[in-house]
Amino acid sequence: MTLSSLKLGDEIPPLSAPPISRLTLALYAGASGDHNPIHVDLDFARYHGMDDVFAHGMLATAYLGRMLTNWVPQGAIRDFGVRFVGICQVHDQLSCRGRIVDKYTEAGETRARLELTVTNQDGEPRVVGDATVALEPQ
Amino acid sequence: MIDPAFIGYEFGLHHREVEKGQLRFFARAIAETNPIYSDEAAARAAGYPSLPVPPTFLFCLDMDRGNQYDYMDTMGIELGKVLHGEQSFRYYGMAFADDTLSFASRITDIYAKKGGLLEFVVRDTRVHRGNDPIADLRSTIIVQHR
Repeated sequence: MTLSSLKLGDEIPPLSAPPISRLTLALYAGASGDHNPIHVDLDFARYHGMDDVFAHGMLATAYLGRMLTNWVPQGAIRDFGVRFVGICQVHDQLSCRGRIVDKYTEAGETRARLELTVTNQDGEPRVVGDATVALEPQ
Repeated sequence: MIDPAFIGYEFGLHHREVEKGQLRFFARAIAETNPIYSDEAAARAAGYPSLPVPPTFLFCLDMDRGNQYDYMDTMGIELGKVLHGEQSFRYYGMAFADDTLSFASRITDIYAKKGGLLEFVVRDTRVHRGNDPIADLRSTIIVQHR
């Protein structure tokens, strides 16, 4: 697939993330600097009415970022936004997908607008979002 | 109820130096397989001056400050009731290891839904390297009341 031949509705190469373990959450808490105990401390999570700890929304967002930078050089990403629509639980296996929904010229470059989704193993949406990328000169 | 007077509240500028070890640790934590994000030789071969700061890591660098929940504390928000609702990035340039970045934030909106059971706080952050804009970030948090 060359970027200039992209059509509306085309899917970009998807990304499957490894299953989320408690270790994943501990590593992400340390590496991201997001030390909110709700993601790693079961006692704290239960005190606040949750059955278990759950994944950082930004972990799923980082997987979407990986999918985008696997597809285009990072410098081509103009914007990237997400909305968290459901909690990602421990043991979830997340899949990232992106679909071209618009193609237009702005600031002298051809840009593609993508619709992004992260779903869990049951196909339930957990994160929805969008991104704009600049395509290679045609 | 969060006081809407906090709309417009500005947080002091903070600076962060991007460390290579921090980027490698992040790459491992998100199961990154592209070597440009962890191997400096691969990054240079791809034309970058050093390891790139990946798209979402600016959010992490912004959190890397004395009290990462300072604005929630200031507004009297209990951390255990907070969910991340939305996050967006608008990019103007890439950042790399060894860059020093500045982060300037302010609260741009506060609103409620479901009769006040859900409160939303929007915080905008501008990221610069020197005078060069790198990105604008927008975070929306949701405070859940039961």
